[in-house]
Amino acid sequence: MSDLFRTPLHDLHVELGAKMVPFAGYDMPVQYPMGVLQEHLHTRSKAGLFDVSHMGQVIIKGADYEAAAAALESIIPVDILGLGLDRQRYGFFTNETGGILDDLMLANRGDHIFMVVNAGCKVDDIAYMKANLHDVSVTEITDRALLALQGPAAEAVLSTLDAKAADMRFMDVANLSLAGVECWVSRSGYSGEDGYEISVPAAQAEALANELLTHEDVEPIGLGARDSLRLEAGLCLYGQDMDEGLNPIEASLPWAIQKVRRTDGARAGGFPGADVILAALDHGVDRRRVGLKPEGRAPMRQGVPLFEAEDGGAQIGFVTSGGFGPSVGGPVAMGIVADNLREPGTVLYGELRGKRLPVTVVSLPFIPANFKR
Amino acid sequence: MKYTEEHEWLREEDGLVVVGITEHATTQLGDIVFVELPDVGTTVTKDEEVVVIESVKAASDIISPIDGEIVEVNDALADNPALANEDAIGAGWFFKIKPSDASQMDGLMDEAAYNALIA
Repeated sequence: MSDLFRTPLHDLHVELGAKMVPFAGYDMPVQYPMGVLQEHLHTRSKAGLFDVSHMGQVIIKGADYEAAAAALESIIPVDILGLGLDRQRYGFFTNETGGILDDLMLANRGDHIFMVVNAGCKVDDIAYMKANLHDVSVTEITDRALLALQGPAAEAVLSTLDAKAADMRFMDVANLSLAGVECWVSRSGYSGEDGYEISVPAAQAEALANELLTHEDVEPIGLGARDSLRLEAGLCLYGQDMDEGLNPIEASLPWAIQKVRRTDGARAGGFPGADVILAALDHGVDRRRVGLKPEGRAPMRQGVPLFEAEDGGAQIGFVTSGGFGPSVGGPVAMGIVADNLREPGTVLYGELRGKRLPVTVVSLPFIPANFKR
Repeated sequence: MKYTEEHEWLREEDGLVVVGITEHATTQLGDIVFVELPDVGTTVTKDEEVVVIESVKAASDIISPIDGEIVEVNDALADNPALANEDAIGAGWFFKIKPSDASQMDGLMDEAAYNALIA
């Protein structure tokens, strides 16, 4: 019927009554019978279980951790050599013009680096690493599923399977024994809530998911709520809020580039587009990603043009992600705006169905992050 | 009740026609979070876009199923768009229209035909 890939949890999604849609080449659950709104609110109040097995899981291995880290630092502008054992960090691949090829999470696992990349970019990412990293092996992990358990109840739930889950701090990684299976677990996610991402062998993935779902606080959550959760949390979606044409400073991700990789740092530059990115850090940029709060109830979605005035004037930006924020109780958005208009409180106008409606620049996130530091 | 291929329902009531969207439509759309209704007094023609609705997924236009004048809109729905999901054929109605050509109703589907359409 279709040539979409299926994750190891596909049958479970269907059994749970999910509405399946094509996403990045996979047949994925966009929502369950609970619906996007309630799934979102449930994740913020209790815990949600997400299937993110479509994402790419990759192991990068060199002679030792330092060798693998040094190799990756040639294509990723973050401090990987300085990352502590069993710690995770956010990063991205950059291109020669300073744009972003994909964003990712990477973890120091002692003798190797474990990386998670976006589903839609994973084939290119892996080919790119294989072509550009020397004396290291790049291996896509295809026999494991990836689950995310997110929400304030996540710690209590996962601790019933392995008490060590509670000892992890935000961005720690550890091997936990969950339902009798060794899993690679990070305390992180994409919802703005506390939680975990769990890499589990494909053959045991459904059993583990079912085990987690037996807990009364846990509900299955689809891609629809995953998107509204990350948007309220101010987290970027690759392809919308960042892409090859936007550098990390324009994408408001300067925090991801540690001092050691910046001008005058011990390992300054040395990655594609370093001249552009370091100049952007040092001298600023003409446009940046900001949070946007539309007044009224009408959502402003991706592509809505932004203006400085209610009438006339040139376009000064555009919405990159937008929709209804269930926890905010109204529309929320992010967009790229001219740098002189980025201050919170600035009122701009989004053109919706021929009418310019006011939107206010706001600080991100829309809801306070709930991480266990 | 009469139905359109655009998944609207029409109910005649005291010489007016009440218009909303079907439960099938609201289920397909998902949670509705925004409804923009026309101004009372607007004259509309069949197939003209009169209402904008947005669900958690996307925006959709609702077209007028017949010619006429908008004589009342459901302000409660604008304040609480979830009414369209909760009670599509009752409290979730959109607008009332005074038909200028009542015979346009004759060309619409009855319930059996609509059920066959969505089956």
